[in-house]
Amino acid sequence: MELILEGIKKAFELIVSLDPEVLGITLLSLQVSGLATFISLVLGVSAGTVVALANFRGRKFVISLINTGMGLPPVVVGLFVTIMIWRNGPFGFLEILYTPLAIIIAQAIIATPIIMGISLAAIQQLPENLRLQILSLGATRLQMVWVLIKEARLPLLAAVMAGFGGVISEVGASIMVGGNIKGYSRVLTTATVMETGKGNFDVAIALGIILLLLAFMVNLVLTQIQQRQRPR
Amino acid sequence: MEKLKTIKLIIFLSTITLLAFSVSSASAAQSQPKQKNIILATTTSTQDTGLLDILIPLFEEKTGYFVKTIAVGSGQAMAMGQKGEADVLLVHSPDAEKKFIADGFGINRRLVMHNDFIIVGPSADQAKIKDTNLAVEAFKKIAETSALFMSRGDNSGTHSQEKKLWKAAGVNPEGQKWYQQTGLGMGQTLNVAAEKKGYTLADSGTYLAMKKNLGMDILVEGDAALLNIYHVIEVNADKWPKANAKGARAFADFMVSAKTQTIIKKFGVDKYGSPLFFPDAGKTLEELGK
Amino acid sequence: MKVENIIKIENLLVQRGDVTVLNISELTVERGKIFALIGPNGAGKSSLLLTMAGLLKPWQGQLYFQDMLINSHVDRMMLRRNAAVVFQEPLLLSCSVHENIALGLKFRKGKKDEIKKRVGESLDYFGIAQLEKRSAKSLSGGEARRVSLARAFALKPQLILLDEPFNSLDPPTREAVIDDLQRILKETKITAVMALHDREETLRLAQDVAFMDSGKIVQSGTTAKIFNQPADEFIANFVGTESVLEGTVKNNANGLMEISINSKVIEAVGNSSAGQKVFCCVRPENVTVSKDTQGKISARNVFEAKVQKIVRQGFFYKLVLDCGFSLTAYITQPSCEDLQLEEGASIITSFKATAVHVMRREK
Repeated sequence: MELILEGIKKAFELIVSLDPEVLGITLLSLQVSGLATFISLVLGVSAGTVVALANFRGRKFVISLINTGMGLPPVVVGLFVTIMIWRNGPFGFLEILYTPLAIIIAQAIIATPIIMGISLAAIQQLPENLRLQILSLGATRLQMVWVLIKEARLPLLAAVMAGFGGVISEVGASIMVGGNIKGYSRVLTTATVMETGKGNFDVAIALGIILLLLAFMVNLVLTQIQQRQRPR
Repeated sequence: MEKLKTIKLIIFLSTITLLAFSVSSASAAQSQPKQKNIILATTTSTQDTGLLDILIPLFEEKTGYFVKTIAVGSGQAMAMGQKGEADVLLVHSPDAEKKFIADGFGINRRLVMHNDFIIVGPSADQAKIKDTNLAVEAFKKIAETSALFMSRGDNSGTHSQEKKLWKAAGVNPEGQKWYQQTGLGMGQTLNVAAEKKGYTLADSGTYLAMKKNLGMDILVEGDAALLNIYHVIEVNADKWPKANAKGARAFADFMVSAKTQTIIKKFGVDKYGSPLFFPDAGKTLEELGK
Repeated sequence: MKVENIIKIENLLVQRGDVTVLNISELTVERGKIFALIGPNGAGKSSLLLTMAGLLKPWQGQLYFQDMLINSHVDRMMLRRNAAVVFQEPLLLSCSVHENIALGLKFRKGKKDEIKKRVGESLDYFGIAQLEKRSAKSLSGGEARRVSLARAFALKPQLILLDEPFNSLDPPTREAVIDDLQRILKETKITAVMALHDREETLRLAQDVAFMDSGKIVQSGTTAKIFNQPADEFIANFVGTESVLEGTVKNNANGLMEISINSKVIEAVGNSSAGQKVFCCVRPENVTVSKDTQGKISARNVFEAKVQKIVRQGFFYKLVLDCGFSLTAYITQPSCEDLQLEEGASIITSFKATAVHVMRREK
């Protein structure tokens, strides 16, 4: 119990003193997970919408693949990305192993199926004729898709929050492909693991608290957007 | 209404671009050397003690290289070297290292520093090993009393040393109930041992750095069989042309340079009361420990 | 000079997935008219509306809009911008009523003031100006229906297509919406094609009717024609001619036929020859009922009948009579009381020979 209190105290100290190392780690976490979520958002929503609206052979199979992808184990993703981008891998020439970019890639791979799956369901649950109605009003296909996405913004924003939540808290893949390098690819989760391993429990708890605060603030903003009510 | 929307969109897009740029610039720490990235595969003990946190920035500033320190066990570090996924190794598993060199994967194996392994355990010391000063004896006693023993179990330098001692003691601990393998780094294994009130073999550096919170005692130390020796090895560029041979050489030279050796000598004294490592560059094995 | 035919269809085949949903050899919709599509569920009414709206692509055949052949994506886009569709469900977006109605105008890149004006006009047309700022999701069924209509009319289309627009509205709202629609169509002279399944609505609104079944047009023509001269039993049942009698023509003298039905004989006009098996349809409105034959009855068919069933239907009663065959009649409430009708009572029933619609019978 006192350990937790010590942790809270430490968290307070670190935040108020704007400890540069912690600040750097926090900023990097936000940048990396934010960018990964953004990439997944673009890919996931567009792909999910396409699958929801289009009719093609093997559609059900694709949908079950997407649904399986939502539960992809992050460490497995990390392992595969590592094998792809290390020197002996097909993309070794890019030299991106042990960089923040690698973490972004791994996290994007983890989050995209999540956002895709939820977007797919969100668009599917719109009334069937709504698509035709919008087209009949003279919309181009692109305009129609945009209107549908806006109409499904409640579940779509939930998808974004699910994707972000999944990656901001990810640690296995981030360690593997990022290398937890001080001041470079060390994020809140990987730093927490390391400090725990060193026995610095107060610092570890402090980092954990900061991570929670960060996640909370981001989700606060997203929730505001999601729940914004139209005129009654 | 339209204007507000456009403004929001612009802010949003610029935030994204800013994020993207700052992340990419972090990867673009430019300086003089052509191949600026060095992948250093090393052990958790060198990282957990904080030694590398001091040395690496010094090296980087001096040479302009960017060092990616990947702290895994000696076993995994050498596996990375074998695959050409690392440029230089800083490890402490002598037998495995010799094989590594013999197989042609590494060159220029140079002695850097040493510290001691110690056998730590609960103050209650149920196996009564405190009286012996010999590691092998202590291990025998632990096996005889079936006292709980935490092993790294990860092919690290510490683990290899531990296995050597078991062999010398004529004990096969594999599969026995009192012998548990964590597969974790030194720091974490110490935590587990402390929590479960068991024995373990640790390097003195990590133990000292964590002593405060552990509540474990040093029970056996000083035995010659407990010497923990660190070498720096450059990965053989003939086998792996993609390896950064120049960078590896520069780093290895740095580790054995006089200035660095002095820093190693002083490291940890003010914080822990005694140094965590003893610099040995240039010495022969026989001269160690004297 | 304006084109007479808004829509013309020739040899049209339309598929959805692997199924042929429309197989129409010929169909014409005239400008300014209200055209009804009736038929059972799955007949293809919705598919036909979607095709006319440019939302379904014909597999074979020709579709003309204002005499212009529609056979490319660009043509269909043009058609979509000239026709407005109103579906069975209001399909409103979760934003304000104003934004919903403005949606189509926004797609056409209208100017802000122009849009505002048109939205206001449309709201006034349907009497819902007070709902402008409301959230569309908070509306009642009738209000939502009005908004979806207002949305379509705001586009000032050449052609408006409605798919069972009065479904799921409670009777008073239904009445009001039908009235509004009728008035607006009259004022704006916009051509309308509606899928309906209620004969009352059809009778009230439409000038032309097409009966569809299994993707084909079984019969088309003016409302009067379809209702009084349904081409087959199915249509007859659908448009609700209550008495459909099976009989055989005994003889035919100059267009006046004697037809035996069960053990009775009725007289009807037509040109079926002796021996022909026929259906005889008599609308209940054309069947009269009286206490006795005092006072002349000019109808040629007069029978004694027993009242089998009396069913109340709003402001009148439906009588099921047995006069050797089953006959349905409508009678007003006062008349019913005057005649002291009750089940089992004996009365005289009559209908004119000209009120009998005779159809060939296959079986």
